[in-house]
Amino acid sequence: MTEGEAGLCAAFGLGALLCLVASAKAVDPAYGFHAGLFSLAAVAGIVAILRRYAARDPEPVPQEIGGKPNYNLGPIKVAAVASMGWGIAGFLVGCIIAFQLWAPALNLGLEYTTFGRLRPLHTSAVIFAFGGNVLIATSLYVVQRTCRARLAGDLAPWFVVLGYNLFIVVAGTGYLMGVTQSKEYAEPEWYADLWLTIVWVVYLAVFLATLAKRREPHIFVANWFYLAFIVTIAMLHVVNNLALPVSVFGSKSYPIFSGVQDALVQWWYGHNAVGFFLTAGFLAIMYYFIPKRAERPVYSYRLSIIHFWALIFMYIWAGPHHLHYTALPDWAQTLGMTFSIMLWMPSWGGMINGLMTLSGAWDKLRTDPILRLMVVSLAFYGMATFEGPMMSIKAVNALSHYTDWTIGHVHSGALGWVAYVSFGALYCLVPWLWNRREVYSLRLVEWHFWVSTLGIVLYITAMWVAGIMQGLMWRAYNDFGFLEYSFVETVEAMRPYYLVRALGGVLFLIGALIMAYNLAMTILGREANAPNPAPAAPGALVPAA
Amino acid sequence: MTYDLASRFAQTSGLLYFVALFAGVGLYALWPRNQGRFDAAARLPLDEE
Repeated sequence: MTEGEAGLCAAFGLGALLCLVASAKAVDPAYGFHAGLFSLAAVAGIVAILRRYAARDPEPVPQEIGGKPNYNLGPIKVAAVASMGWGIAGFLVGCIIAFQLWAPALNLGLEYTTFGRLRPLHTSAVIFAFGGNVLIATSLYVVQRTCRARLAGDLAPWFVVLGYNLFIVVAGTGYLMGVTQSKEYAEPEWYADLWLTIVWVVYLAVFLATLAKRREPHIFVANWFYLAFIVTIAMLHVVNNLALPVSVFGSKSYPIFSGVQDALVQWWYGHNAVGFFLTAGFLAIMYYFIPKRAERPVYSYRLSIIHFWALIFMYIWAGPHHLHYTALPDWAQTLGMTFSIMLWMPSWGGMINGLMTLSGAWDKLRTDPILRLMVVSLAFYGMATFEGPMMSIKAVNALSHYTDWTIGHVHSGALGWVAYVSFGALYCLVPWLWNRREVYSLRLVEWHFWVSTLGIVLYITAMWVAGIMQGLMWRAYNDFGFLEYSFVETVEAMRPYYLVRALGGVLFLIGALIMAYNLAMTILGREANAPNPAPAAPGALVPAA
Repeated sequence: MTYDLASRFAQTSGLLYFVALFAGVGLYALWPRNQGRFDAAARLPLDEE
């Protein structure tokens, strides 16, 4: 047994005992459930390590076979499958809460299924569970291929993938039971945050150690973007989640910051979760998967370097635009707005670099729906990164803030950019991982593309109209200087748009189900693309034998 | 040291540091002699084993 296997078994054993004690002494049932879950997971971890030990070769896994790197694909396969499963769960919960907004009785009158609990379940499932697993899968794949080296660590990559998904389960079940620290996109309580910190540090270590043992001297630009994503998320996560638990045996904690300081830290975190999780990480996907699929080099590598540093330098300052017209000092609001507007340049520079990578291969857009998914994702990226800075301008924000325009904006970025580039990457990655020539059916990818695109269009147009109408109704005065509309009148006016939005979401979900079927058939090794000689129609010309 | 002095020092040195760093990145990216390396790097995903 290696030192790593023995050490991890010992650590898991100790962890299982501590969690068992914590579970027994829990002051609230949710904490007791989670401590028990951690304990079970630790025991399962020990069993898995021992079974793996019994089955494996006594020799360590070779770094190279026949002079070629022996890439480690096992953990990546798990993350790829997990991302698809979580994606469907997240889209489904999104549809449920969209229908709840149209018909509130659909919350069934149960505390577990209220909008307030399902909404963070939806956002975390799509951002962290779906997006996070896509990022882990693609980053661990890309770093190996572009470094021409096997992933560093033996158990560590497995720990990262399985540990991250355990965090997702703890976070998600917590929301349903009402465990939340009420910080948007950072809802999990202190013990889940501590666990994620451990997992994330191991992720960083695996990534850095793989870069360190690379055989390719140049570090490819996608790896820079992945590294920025991993490092920055670590920093944001730790600072924003600094909190004191009321009891070490209870789930409730209080943040150490208060008032406007807490708000500023929260949106420094929140907007950089957009900038470094939902942007930098997925730009890394763009820089690897689009050249790969288009079989064209990166359009301008120089632009990619400037793109990277400009994005990193500017994004980190943009957070205060979430706090316009609040107690935050005016200069800080203006700073956030200014940097948000400057972000136009790196965002569009990067988008143009991705699009122009198709130079000489534009015809593939017609024939290759997978490449089309990724290129349309860049178009949505361009739209969302134009709209975002515009909405950060104080005068525009006065109309848009707290309205559903924001929801429309977020979803044009999340569905159009993040999800589409992820779909494209998964359609490429799954055949590579399972050693298939191509996905099961490109026709089904076409169906997925068109059904989802229709869904996105319904979604964002409904939210634009609903949001701008809502903002205008809120600020309408009558001749006597009173507000023209009561709040509930604005809700009533938006109701039809809520139904359109929910139907758009259903189309997006149907697209994802088509994709899951397609990927499952790919993994099973079926092929629908194989040239299938059609039976000659009666009377058709038959070539002479 | 007063707050005013400390903040002025931090703001000025931070500004110079970031501008110099970004100028360095720009020079590195645009330096003519790096062209060959960047051309090779742009093909990195395509030249895999």
